[in-house]
Amino acid sequence: MLDILAEPFFQRAILAGLGIALVAGPVGCFIVWRRMAYFGETLANSGLFGVGLGLILGVSLTLGAVVVAVATALLLLVLRKQRALATDTLLGILSHTALALGLITVGLVTGAASNNMELLFGDILTVTTTDVMIVWGGAILVLAMLTFLWRDLIAISVHEELARAEGVQVERVELGFILLIALMTAISMKIVGLLLITALLVIPAAAARRLAATPERMAVVAAMIAGLAVLGGLALSATANTISGPSVVLAAGLLFVLTLAKRQTN
Amino acid sequence: MLKAQGALLSSRDATLVIGGRTILDQVNIDVRSGEIVTVIGPNGAGKSTLVRCMLGLQPLTSGKIVRRAKLRVGYVPQRFPLTPNVPLDLRRLLSLTLKPSETEIDQALAETGIGHLKGASVSSLSGGELQRALLARALLRKPEILVLDEPVQAVDFLGETRMYELISAIRKHHGCGILMVSHDLHMVMAESDHVVCLNGHVCCEGGPIKVQQDPEFAKLFGPSAARMIAAYTHHHDHDHESHDHHLHHQDHKH
Repeated sequence: MLDILAEPFFQRAILAGLGIALVAGPVGCFIVWRRMAYFGETLANSGLFGVGLGLILGVSLTLGAVVVAVATALLLLVLRKQRALATDTLLGILSHTALALGLITVGLVTGAASNNMELLFGDILTVTTTDVMIVWGGAILVLAMLTFLWRDLIAISVHEELARAEGVQVERVELGFILLIALMTAISMKIVGLLLITALLVIPAAAARRLAATPERMAVVAAMIAGLAVLGGLALSATANTISGPSVVLAAGLLFVLTLAKRQTN
Repeated sequence: MLKAQGALLSSRDATLVIGGRTILDQVNIDVRSGEIVTVIGPNGAGKSTLVRCMLGLQPLTSGKIVRRAKLRVGYVPQRFPLTPNVPLDLRRLLSLTLKPSETEIDQALAETGIGHLKGASVSSLSGGELQRALLARALLRKPEILVLDEPVQAVDFLGETRMYELISAIRKHHGCGILMVSHDLHMVMAESDHVVCLNGHVCCEGGPIKVQQDPEFAKLFGPSAARMIAAYTHHHDHDHESHDHHLHHQDHKH
């Protein structure tokens, strides 16, 4: 167990995982506050289609994922304005269509029978130094955007219309937030995989709710819990040779269960 | 359009059509300083929609909303779903989109009678406390006009009376105009300067006494409502020494 800590691949895994945890905590808080879990999942699924397009066009997979995730989010905003269908129905349509498109496009390139487990569930143990740099660069960018939007986002999370009446530029903030989630999705893809990104967003934030009395503290606690989940998951993966992405999510789930022991005070 | 003179906030032939259905039909309303204007009407009459249009939250199909330049508005929405997901105390709720000083916060909370709840978690507040908190929030904007959408909806009967007393006191103390939506006819009649009876279009409007004698009012709320209010205002008049001169006027008619 301790030997493995000296291995560069394991150190890279820890670094990349902690970078993701740092943003997954605070971003996840907004997902929880605004009841957007399904939204995050839709963007994650659309990321797979982005990867497929990236493979076909021979461009960066991260770029492909960001572009398609943003396009999906914008499409959702437009469709939601029409009010023809409920938002969760729209998300159901977009999410699964994007997932299907993703699996088909990726299959076209890698062969229909190939195993795409890595894309779906992540492979944190194979991250390269470049990957680590992309993760941390993206993480810092996401955190900077989040800090900039913070006050307005909180106001919108509490009561959107009141915030609007009080002069918050809701559309602009919303757009910023969508870009931020798309970016977050793209950098997390390789680490925890598309199917588990929502888990890393939602579970640490939900666990932090009981431990914090202000939005800021909840964000910090969520980041710490996500960090612990990464470390715990990697330890499990290294010792029991379990698949890494799901191990991280399982660790997050266990931490959430632990927080249930504490009575919610506010 | 002499009527619009001196108004803080007005709608001019405000019309809203959604999906072929006319929600608002050429509605004209003016709210002046120090005046309580109440919009009453049955469910689905477009009361809240009118308020949202007047706040600029909902664009009109035709007509326009006229606001005095740089008008400071305090808004208390009809629904404020408690979001236990967001950990917030009352102090923080008051400073979401403003940065008031601690003294200002204390003042606003004292005025609405919930000074003791400053550090309380928002999700622990009762309907009435939350309503007062939102009112305190609106007051912190130093409003020239307060827009209150169903201010007593989540409040029990005793709380209702107190809430209307508070609204009346705020009007006296701050001299702001108040645009209020309500379906509590009793209180509306006791405290309003101008009542607008809305059912998509303005059915009738005027002072409280004039409105409740209007045949349109009886048509909308039933003759028993009109009789009940008449009885209430009469009774109310004897309970309190100072009151609206309209009510005395009614006494003579009896």
